Amino acid sequence: MSPNITMSWVLALAPEIGLLVVLFCVLIFDKLFKPSSPRQVGLFTAWGGVAVLALTIVLYWLFSEPDPLWTLSESAFWGGMIRNDLVTLVFRLMFLSALILTALLSMDVPRLQKIEYYALLITATIGFSLMAASTDLIMIYVALETASISSYLLAGFYSGEGRSSEAGMKYFVYGAFTTAVMLYGMSLLYGITGQTNIYVIGSVFSGEQTAGVEPLLLLAAVLVVVGFAFKTSIVPYHFWAPDVYEGAPTPFTGFLSTASKAAGFAVFLRVFLAGALGPVVQGEWWAMLVAMCIITMLLGNFVAIYQTNIKRLLAYSSIAQAGYALIGLVTLTQDGSGATLFYLLMYVFTNIAAFGVIILVSNATGADEIKDLNGLNRRSPFLALVMLFAVLSLGGIPPTAGFFGKFFLFKAAVDAGLWWLAAVGILMAFVGLYYYLSIIKVMYLYRSEQDDVAIPVSRAAQVGLAIAVAFIIYLGVSAGSAFDLTRDAAAAFFSG
Amino acid sequence: MDFPYLSIIALSPILFAVLILMLPKERGENARMLGLAAMVLGLVLSLYVYIATYQSLPEAGAPWAESLRFVEEHSWVPALDLNYIVGVDGLSATLVLLTSIVGLGGVLVSWSIEDRPREFYAFFMLLVAGVHGVFVAVDAFLLFFFYELAVLPMYVLIVVWGWKVSREYAAMKLTLYLLIGSFVSFIAFLVLYFTPVDGGAPLRTFDLRIWSEASFAFNIQIIWFMPLFLGFGVLAGLWPFHNWSPDGHVAAPTAVSMIHAGVLMKLGAYAAMRVGIQLLPEGAVYWLPFILLLTLVNVVYGAFIAMRQKDMKYLIGYSSVSHMGLVSMGFAALTIAGFTGAGIQMVSHGIMTALFFSVVGMIYDRAHTRDMDELSGMRRALPWTVVAFIIGGLVSMGMPGLSGFIAEFPIFLGVWNGNSLDLNAVFGLNPSNYYGLVAIISVLGIIITAGYVLRAIQSVFFGEYDAEKWHDMRPLMGIDKLVLVGFSVILIVIGVYPAVIAPIVTSGMEPVVERLNVAQQAAQFHGGTLAGSAQHLLEIVAANLSSWLGGA
Repeated sequence: MSPNITMSWVLALAPEIGLLVVLFCVLIFDKLFKPSSPRQVGLFTAWGGVAVLALTIVLYWLFSEPDPLWTLSESAFWGGMIRNDLVTLVFRLMFLSALILTALLSMDVPRLQKIEYYALLITATIGFSLMAASTDLIMIYVALETASISSYLLAGFYSGEGRSSEAGMKYFVYGAFTTAVMLYGMSLLYGITGQTNIYVIGSVFSGEQTAGVEPLLLLAAVLVVVGFAFKTSIVPYHFWAPDVYEGAPTPFTGFLSTASKAAGFAVFLRVFLAGALGPVVQGEWWAMLVAMCIITMLLGNFVAIYQTNIKRLLAYSSIAQAGYALIGLVTLTQDGSGATLFYLLMYVFTNIAAFGVIILVSNATGADEIKDLNGLNRRSPFLALVMLFAVLSLGGIPPTAGFFGKFFLFKAAVDAGLWWLAAVGILMAFVGLYYYLSIIKVMYLYRSEQDDVAIPVSRAAQVGLAIAVAFIIYLGVSAGSAFDLTRDAAAAFFSG
Repeated sequence: MDFPYLSIIALSPILFAVLILMLPKERGENARMLGLAAMVLGLVLSLYVYIATYQSLPEAGAPWAESLRFVEEHSWVPALDLNYIVGVDGLSATLVLLTSIVGLGGVLVSWSIEDRPREFYAFFMLLVAGVHGVFVAVDAFLLFFFYELAVLPMYVLIVVWGWKVSREYAAMKLTLYLLIGSFVSFIAFLVLYFTPVDGGAPLRTFDLRIWSEASFAFNIQIIWFMPLFLGFGVLAGLWPFHNWSPDGHVAAPTAVSMIHAGVLMKLGAYAAMRVGIQLLPEGAVYWLPFILLLTLVNVVYGAFIAMRQKDMKYLIGYSSVSHMGLVSMGFAALTIAGFTGAGIQMVSHGIMTALFFSVVGMIYDRAHTRDMDELSGMRRALPWTVVAFIIGGLVSMGMPGLSGFIAEFPIFLGVWNGNSLDLNAVFGLNPSNYYGLVAIISVLGIIITAGYVLRAIQSVFFGEYDAEKWHDMRPLMGIDKLVLVGFSVILIVIGVYPAVIAPIVTSGMEPVVERLNVAQQAAQFHGGTLAGSAQHLLEIVAANLSSWLGGA
C-alpha cells in the first residue's frame, strides 16, 4: 500500500465526495440561486442525489470502480480504513435512492422547507455510506457517529413540538448510551488483538488459539452487538423505535427506517462475517443472535397488531422486518447475506413508499392515525394504490418485491439447515399479514366524512412514489438481476 | 418460438387490469367492456388450447413431461434456477377452459355493478390471472407465485364489494386460511428442493417435470406428503379445514362467489394432486386411505349441514364442501376411475356452483333477501331461474344424463374398487376393510343432497307468490339469461356426451395413477397393528428432526 494518495483512492470515495459537494451547494443555496420558492432546495437535493447516483453507477459500469474481481487487498483503500467493493456499491445505491425519494417527498412539507433539514439529510447519508464502506473499528465508529448525530438532530427537527423534541432527545440518549457500550466492546477487541482492522482481527482469531481470551471475547462481542442492534432496532434494543418514529418528522421517519437500518446491517454483516468477533460464530454468540432474531420477529409482529397510530404500526413492522433480515445473517452463508442485502434493498423502496403516502395524507389531514386512512381510495386512488403495493410488499405477497425478499431469506435458511427458523419466519409473516391487510381494508372499505375532499399530490411526490412502486414491482417480477448483484456482493463478506 | 398461448391466457388479464385502472373516472362504466374483452380473449384462446390438446392426446404410458403441450420456458432467477415454465396437460387444459367460462360468466353477471366498477373489474382480472396461472404452471415456484396472486384479490373483492354483514370477518378468515395453507405447502417445496435424491445431490430446481420423475426417499415422502397435500387441501375445502369456505362464499359478491366456488376450490384440489400426489406417490399411497376418511366426513357432514341452512348462499356453500369432498375422495380412491371422476367432478361442480351462485345473485339483487323461509313463488317472477336452478340441482344429485352423474359414478366406482387394494398403511388401516363401506355411505350422502336441493327448490321457487311483497321485482336481463343458458347447456352436453371431456381428463390423470401404481408395488409398508405403524411413523419423524437439528 503506497502512502501516496492516488487517483483510485479518491475514486473509492467519489460518491461521498460528490455528496459533500452537494452538501456545500445546499448550505449556500440561498445565496447561490436566489430561489423563488422554498421548495426548491428539496428539488435541488433530489437532483444532487440523482447526480451522485449516476456517478456511482457510471463508475461501476464504465470504469469498474469497484471491480467485482478485486481481491481483499485490492479493494482496500485509505490504509485499510474502507473497502470499495460490491457491498459498498449496493449499500450506496440504497442510501442514495433513499435520499432522493425522501427529498422528493419532503418538499411539500412546509416545516421542512429549510436548508438545515436537507443539509442534515445529506450528512446522514454520507455517514451511512461510510459505515457501509468501513472495515476498521475506528472508521466504523466515526462513520456511525457522523450518521447518528445528524439523525438525532433530524428526529427533533420540529423544534416547537413536544413529541418531536421528545423523539430527538430519546433517540439521542439511547443512541449515545448504546454507542458508548459498543465502543467499550471495541476497545476490548483492540485490547485482545492489538488490531483495529476487522479483517486483520478476523485472521488473528482464525490463526491462533483463543481459549484463554474466550470469555473476554464473548463479552466484547455482546457489547458490540448492542450498538449494532440499536441501529437496526433489534429486540431488546428496539424501545426507541416506536417513539422516535412517531415523533420525528414523517419524511425523516421513512429515511430512518430504511437507510439507517440498512447501514446498521452493513456494519453488522461486515464485522460478523469477517470473524472479527472471534471464532465462536457457531457458539453462544450465534445462539444469542438467533434468539434475538426470533424474539424480534415475534415481538414486532404481535405488538404491531395493537397499534392505532400508523407510524407506530410501521415502527413495529420495521422491527419485525429487521428480524427477517437478521435471518440471512445468522445463516452465515453467501446466499443468506445476499438475501439480506436484497431484502434491505427492496425494503428501502417499500417502506419509503408507505411513509410517502402517510406524509401526503397527514399533510392534508394533520393527523397520522390509522383511521385517517379511511376512504383513501375515494380521496386519492393513486395514493391508495401506492399504499396497497407497499403493504403487499411488506407482507410478502407477489407480485411485489417483498415476496422475493422473504423467499430468498427463507430459502437460504432452509438451505443452511435452519428450517425451523424459516418456519418461525413464515408463521410471523402471517401475523404480519393480519395488520397489513387491515390497512388495505381501511383504505378501500371504510368511508370518511371527507370522502369527496381529494388529497393533493404534488408532481414531485407523484414522481417519487411512482419510482418507488415501479421498483417494488420490478424487483417483484424480475428479481433475478438484483439478486445476482447482491449475491455477488455478499461474496465480499467472506473474502476476508 | 411458438405463439405463447398460455402466457397470453394467464398474463393478459393483468394487462387489462392496468388498462382498466388507467381509465378516467368519468368513464368507469367502460371497465366492463374491457373486462368482457379480456374474458372473451381468454375464452377463445383457451378453447383453442383445449381443442388442440384434445387432438394430440399423449399415448398411454407416456411420462407426464411428455404429455405437456404448449410448453414455454424462460429463465427467471438464474442464481436459484427459478424458471418461468408453463404448459398444459389434459387436466389443466380442461381447467383453464373452465376458468375462462366461469370468468366470462362472472363478468356478465356483474354487468350492472355501480360501486367503483374500475377497481372491481381490475381486481377481478387479477383474480382470473392468478387462477389461470396456477393451472398452467409447470414450475412449483411459479405455481406458488400465482396461487398467492389469486388469494389477494379475493380479499379485496370480498371486503369491498361483499355482503355488508360478514365481509370483514369472512375476508380475513379466508385470506389467513389460504395463505397459511399455501405456506405450509411451500415449506414442503423447499424441503423437496434441498433434499438429496437417490443418495445423490439435491435437485435444486422447482421444475415439476424433473420433480415428477424423481423418486424422493420413502421417509421424506411420508413426512412431507401431509403438509403438501393438506396445505393445498385447505383451498379444496377438505374437512376439517373447510370452515373458511362457506363464510367466504356468503360474503363474496356474486361474480366472486362464482369464481371462488367454481374455480378457486378446484385450484386447491388441482395443486394438491399435481404437487402432492404426483410428486410423492409413496407418501400418497401411505396416507390417502386415511385421507379418504376425511373426505367421507366432507361429503356426509357437508350435506347434513347444508340441510340445516336457511340462507341460500350458505346452502350452496356447504353443498360445495360436500361436493369438493367427492373430488378428494376420487383422488383417495387411488385408481384411474376415481381420478377421472374427480377431474370431471371439478368441471361439473365448477359450472354447477357458478350456475347456482348466479341464480342466487339474481334473486338477491331483486328480492334483497336470500332467506329461504321468506322467499317463495319465485317461479312467477323469474321463470328462467327456476329451470336453471333445477338443472343445477339435478346435476348436484348426480342425475344420469347430466354431468354430475358422469363425475360421481366413476368416483364411487373407484372407491368401491378399493376393496382390492392390499396395503397396510398409516395407523394400520387396511383399505380393503372399509373402502366398500365408504363408497356405500357416500352414495347415501347423495340422498341427503337430494333432500336439501329439493327443499330449496320447493320453498324458493314454488309456493305462494306474494305479488305485493315483491312488487318491485324486475325481470331478468338478456345477459342474465345468456349466462344461465350457457351454463345449463354445458352441464347437459357433458352429461349426454361425456366424450367431450372424459378422454382428455383421463389423459391428464394417467401419468399420476401410473406413478401411484408403481408406488403401490414398490412401497414396503410396515404392516400390522395400529401401534406398530404409529411407532414407525414417530421413529421416522424423530430421525428426520434430529438430522435437521444436527445440520444446524
